[in-house]
Amino acid sequence: MPPGAIVCRSLWKIFEAGPSRVTALKDVTLNIADGEFVTLVGASGCGKSTLLRTLAGLEEPSAGELEVGGIPVTGPGVDRAMVFQNYSLYPWLTVTGNIKFTRQLTAHTRDRTSADVERAAGRADALLELMGLKAVAGAYPNQLSGGMQQRVAIARALMSRPRILLMDEPFGALDAQTREVMHDLILHVSELEQSTVVFVTHDVEEAIYLGRRVVLMAPRPGRIDSVYEVPLPARREQAMKLSSGFVRLKAAILKRIRETSGLKTDLELLQKLSQRAAS
Amino acid sequence: MIPAPGAEPAELRDRRPNLWAIRGSVSQRRYWALATLGLSLPLLAWWALAAFGTVNPVFLPGPLDVARRIGTWFADEELMADVRISCYRVVAGWTLSALIAMPLGLFIGTYRAVQALLEPLTDFVRYMPAVAFVPLVMLWIGIDEGAKIGMIFIGTFFQMVLMVAEDVRRVPMQQIEAAQTMGATRTEIVEKVILPSAKPALLDTLRITMGWAWTYLVVAELVAANSGLGFAIVKAQRFLQTDKIFAGILLIGLIGLAFDQAFRLAHRAAFPWLYAKG
Repeated sequence: MPPGAIVCRSLWKIFEAGPSRVTALKDVTLNIADGEFVTLVGASGCGKSTLLRTLAGLEEPSAGELEVGGIPVTGPGVDRAMVFQNYSLYPWLTVTGNIKFTRQLTAHTRDRTSADVERAAGRADALLELMGLKAVAGAYPNQLSGGMQQRVAIARALMSRPRILLMDEPFGALDAQTREVMHDLILHVSELEQSTVVFVTHDVEEAIYLGRRVVLMAPRPGRIDSVYEVPLPARREQAMKLSSGFVRLKAAILKRIRETSGLKTDLELLQKLSQRAAS
Repeated sequence: MIPAPGAEPAELRDRRPNLWAIRGSVSQRRYWALATLGLSLPLLAWWALAAFGTVNPVFLPGPLDVARRIGTWFADEELMADVRISCYRVVAGWTLSALIAMPLGLFIGTYRAVQALLEPLTDFVRYMPAVAFVPLVMLWIGIDEGAKIGMIFIGTFFQMVLMVAEDVRRVPMQQIEAAQTMGATRTEIVEKVILPSAKPALLDTLRITMGWAWTYLVVAELVAANSGLGFAIVKAQRFLQTDKIFAGILLIGLIGLAFDQAFRLAHRAAFPWLYAKG
């Protein structure tokens, strides 16, 4: 099996806290091909982050099988890098220091030769260039905007050439314009690196624009509701967001999320309340 | 006259920031003016009360009496020796407690099992009155320097452990998990993430507990001392030398302030990334 392929077979995750039991993942079966870009969307509490954290090895499944490249996952591994929404950078290290952080870890420095060291230095430089961070290489994270910080987080994750990139709402805290720039950047990077990407978001437009497939999850219990193929060419452009295929898919997914979320606006009740307030 | 379009209107330059805006800003000059006022007003009130009031100087000696007392203390009664021995006791007791509290707090803040084992116990002990330990310390350690250092230790250690544990717990989980996904081992996470991340907070904890160590000095020098600032205060009490009591209290306050400022400077020097902006 290619090293970037992910296989989930009947994954369950149950959180137990005292008397309460929450089924965060119910019987999740999902295959992701090597080099594929898959996005996970769904209402809050649908388990999309839990699924991603399980893939990362940060959560242990309660039942079921999880294999990456044909090997069962038992914990975090250098083949799977993760980008968090925020606060994951090390504020005491410069941008370069953050990107080269993995070089301090034994997991990355075993059997190292001078050629390896040189290649790593070149890799860090190339990533700085690629992510547009050359000018701020010596700055500390808290001197950067949110968008720039996420560029650093992505560069750091890519440093060890992971086969799989796991992204947990990485652009959730960014403004709309910065987000668009980051979308095209991450598409470019994933094509260049040929890595598998699993991307969690609550923004349906983002999910469709980035993903080859969109996996819709539903809450209580957290489960996979439906999977959509995105009917767009592999190379995405911002203008495609206005195409009929895009708009139709967006409408369908939004409708399904509304149906599964269990949240409803009771219009009748609102009307009654405003009438009472008026009289 | 109608101003040209785009020109700055006159009131733009004259408008001053509202002093009472919630969390509003004050200019540097105004800040120092207020700080000077805040420090000098009580001094002035003290002086006026002592000079024109009908207060017996045994109850309230004037600032000049106190200053004169510090002068004679320095000239005839070995003030510097008292300062030196008191500094030594405070720093030694505090260092001892830091040496044990740092690793212990790190463990409590990192592992829930260690927290369960030690935190309730520490919480219990820290409520015990340190002063009441004086006779016990004399009984267990004796009456030499060790006993005084031991008193400072008892006063600071238990608080320090809890604060260190809290500092360590405040390290964002995302920073730890990011290291885990990069393949860091447990030791590497503690060494390369938790410690550097908690360092600024730990230095603040050291600064605050240093302040507490100074407040325990008088208690420590209740233990069969014959030198030190705290001892001098206790002895002056016996002879009703109110001016010397005032002098001792003020000196301890001033030395404490100097230590505090030194810690703040060290903080700025050690963690440039916290102060780097823009």
